[in-house]
Amino acid sequence: MSTPPTPVRELPHKHYLNATYGAGLRSWLLTTDHKRIALLYLASVTVFFFIGGVLATMIRIHLLTPGGALVTPETYNKLFTMHGVAMIFFFLIPSIPAVFGNFLIPLMIGAKDLAFPKINLLSWYIYVIGGCFVLYSFGTGGLDTGWTFYTPLSSVYSNSAVTPAVLGIFINGFSSILTGLNFIVTIHTMRAPGMTWFRLPLFVWAHYATSLVMILGTPVVAITLLLAGLERMFHLGFFNPALGGDPILFQHLFWFYSHPAVYIMILPAMGVISEIIPTFARKPIFGYAFIAGSSIAIAVIGFLVWAHHMFVTGESTYAALTFSFLSYLVAIPSAVKVFNWTSTLYKGSISWDPPMIYALGFIGLFVIGGLTGLFLACLGLDIHIHDTYFVVAHFHYIMVGGAVMGYVGGLHFWWPKITGRLYPRALSRFAAVVLFIGFNLTFFPQFILGYLGMPRRYHTYPPEFQVLNVLSTAGASILALGYLLPMSYLTWSMRYGRVAGQNPWPATGLEWKTDSPPLTENFEVTPVVTWEPYDFKNRPDLGLATGTPLPAPALGDD
Amino acid sequence: MHRTGRLYGQFETLEQQKETAALGMWVFLVTEVLFFGGLFLAYTVNRSAFSTAFGAGSNTLDIKLGGFNTVVLIMSSLTMAMAVWSAQVGKKKLVSIFLIATLGLGTIFLGVKVIEYKQKFDHHLIPGLGFDMRYRSEHPTATDDPKEMAIEKEEVEKTFAVDPDTNAHGQLYFSLYFAMTGLHALHMIVGAGLLVWLIKGSFAGRFTPQYNTPVEIVGLYWHFVDIVWIYLFPLLYLIDRHR
Repeated sequence: MSTPPTPVRELPHKHYLNATYGAGLRSWLLTTDHKRIALLYLASVTVFFFIGGVLATMIRIHLLTPGGALVTPETYNKLFTMHGVAMIFFFLIPSIPAVFGNFLIPLMIGAKDLAFPKINLLSWYIYVIGGCFVLYSFGTGGLDTGWTFYTPLSSVYSNSAVTPAVLGIFINGFSSILTGLNFIVTIHTMRAPGMTWFRLPLFVWAHYATSLVMILGTPVVAITLLLAGLERMFHLGFFNPALGGDPILFQHLFWFYSHPAVYIMILPAMGVISEIIPTFARKPIFGYAFIAGSSIAIAVIGFLVWAHHMFVTGESTYAALTFSFLSYLVAIPSAVKVFNWTSTLYKGSISWDPPMIYALGFIGLFVIGGLTGLFLACLGLDIHIHDTYFVVAHFHYIMVGGAVMGYVGGLHFWWPKITGRLYPRALSRFAAVVLFIGFNLTFFPQFILGYLGMPRRYHTYPPEFQVLNVLSTAGASILALGYLLPMSYLTWSMRYGRVAGQNPWPATGLEWKTDSPPLTENFEVTPVVTWEPYDFKNRPDLGLATGTPLPAPALGDD
Repeated sequence: MHRTGRLYGQFETLEQQKETAALGMWVFLVTEVLFFGGLFLAYTVNRSAFSTAFGAGSNTLDIKLGGFNTVVLIMSSLTMAMAVWSAQVGKKKLVSIFLIATLGLGTIFLGVKVIEYKQKFDHHLIPGLGFDMRYRSEHPTATDDPKEMAIEKEEVEKTFAVDPDTNAHGQLYFSLYFAMTGLHALHMIVGAGLLVWLIKGSFAGRFTPQYNTPVEIVGLYWHFVDIVWIYLFPLLYLIDRHR
């Protein structure tokens, strides 16, 4: 019987954070190390999250009173547009893939780096350049078209800085494409000996599916926004009915990407949850192959549902019926995941560590967001709730309740690996609960508002909707606390947190078999994988073997 | 990551590195298909809506120049394939010759494209305020054959009789023409840059039967750009020639 390894109390001597390939800033800006690039992304997506968050706060403050409390109607249009653009294109889409995918995929499959490290750095620079274009647009007149850029409003009539924003998103698309390309090739060709496809962590499967969406969808939105930009710059008529063009064509092309883009946001979060749940239930994940397959199924079906955003554009009834039916189909692989996660919990030995609380919060919010998605896929009901706050609430349950919960949960789960240090346990559990409560208080009232008929994107509303709006705004301030708390204690922990050791939880993935923080080359020697994934019984190398008591999680307060 | 000879640090073997690079290029080409796909869809939708104006627009293109360019591009694919083969069998001199030939043919293609664009400019067929599908037949130059101009004038008038908005819909055709051929030309320019880089490498004798990945993957890219033209040529030049 082996004893659990004694926790290491010192950070390793040499790791990717103190390895010097040059001096200071240069060693970061010219790095090709996937882990450092992940941290570059972490910093830059946080900037956009903050910008988007400030804009969201202003929206909620404005909606405190029926007449609008803060800004003019024109400015209000700009607030929600810029909130959407910053959050969707520059936070949600790169968040989990570019930060955790970048950091973890090579570690999880036992590789030294991604297949194309230089392209990886290039995609960060492309992201930054695209981001600068968009910030330029925000700073010089803003943007008031809605994040959807519908033509001919965006290409002809809008008086805001649409052109730089469209170019910025066009440019940023290539960052996403190159990241997806890098992941797909890496997963195909860089796996360590013994790391077969069905031994891959589910996080990697989720990222494979995400990458498929990235490489197949993003080029389409890139060319579409480029055409809209050309139309605006040179008065071409692709999408302008006055010149014979077809605005509905723009919507088809836009949603052909932008619906699957939702799966770019949620699939990686599902991957995170699939890692956290078995770790803190101390049980192999239930239905590994089904969870892996459902990721691919979501990516594939996700490409066939886009016109459910266009039920009221006058598309043919048969097309609408088909898209409605296909949209319902997405519920099947999504439900497969939820049932498998809950089955994993069944009779598990559950510990209430912070990542677990986020993961359970994710399941709850995702179920609400997913089920209300079915309401919207229903042809008849969608006519009633189309473009209302019901839609707003639904997609925030998926994007914030799902994707951001997964992101913050992942941050807590892999923080010890990224920085080598732990964070305060009680405070982080408290923050997770605050986030969950704040989120529900913000967005649940919006379901009711939408169902009662409050349209989205309006700067004003009838007085009888005020109570629910005030509740929502109150919730938003709690939600903000839920984000600021982790930001502060995680930053604190980088210097003062307790040293984590290789495998604090303990979890079974390959990434936990190397130092925290890892070496630049990830592993001293290329690992050979001889075990099945999520096996908590037959891993004497981790101190997990039949008969040994389960090691208690190492997290604690200093 | 440190590099040992031709092997980058993240790889274990040269074969793995080669396989990875080739797969990377294939995946990139998949994204390119989707990138051009958006344009092809826009073309299809608009052409089915305004087939008369699109036919008239298509007939203004110079089929001789277009046909010549098609031959040039197919030839360049042949020389590119020969360059890849030469690298694989280790004929270092031939690699350089065939790469230079490819670059030459690519440049000829772009030069002809410039002449064609200039013609469209002269004929007031650039989308914008001066756009006029009638301009060409109403302003014949000294070099034009009067008989042909008369036929052309008749055809344009027929088009206007069927579709009075031919000028608006013709602009859509030319917007798509410039967007599609422009994007294609941009890919050719990128390809030419890559060829220059390869030629430098081949002069230095870098490409051997053991290591020729760059030639191979640039070759893939070049063939892809070529294939795009194989679709563009009939869709833009040949849709209404039977009149």
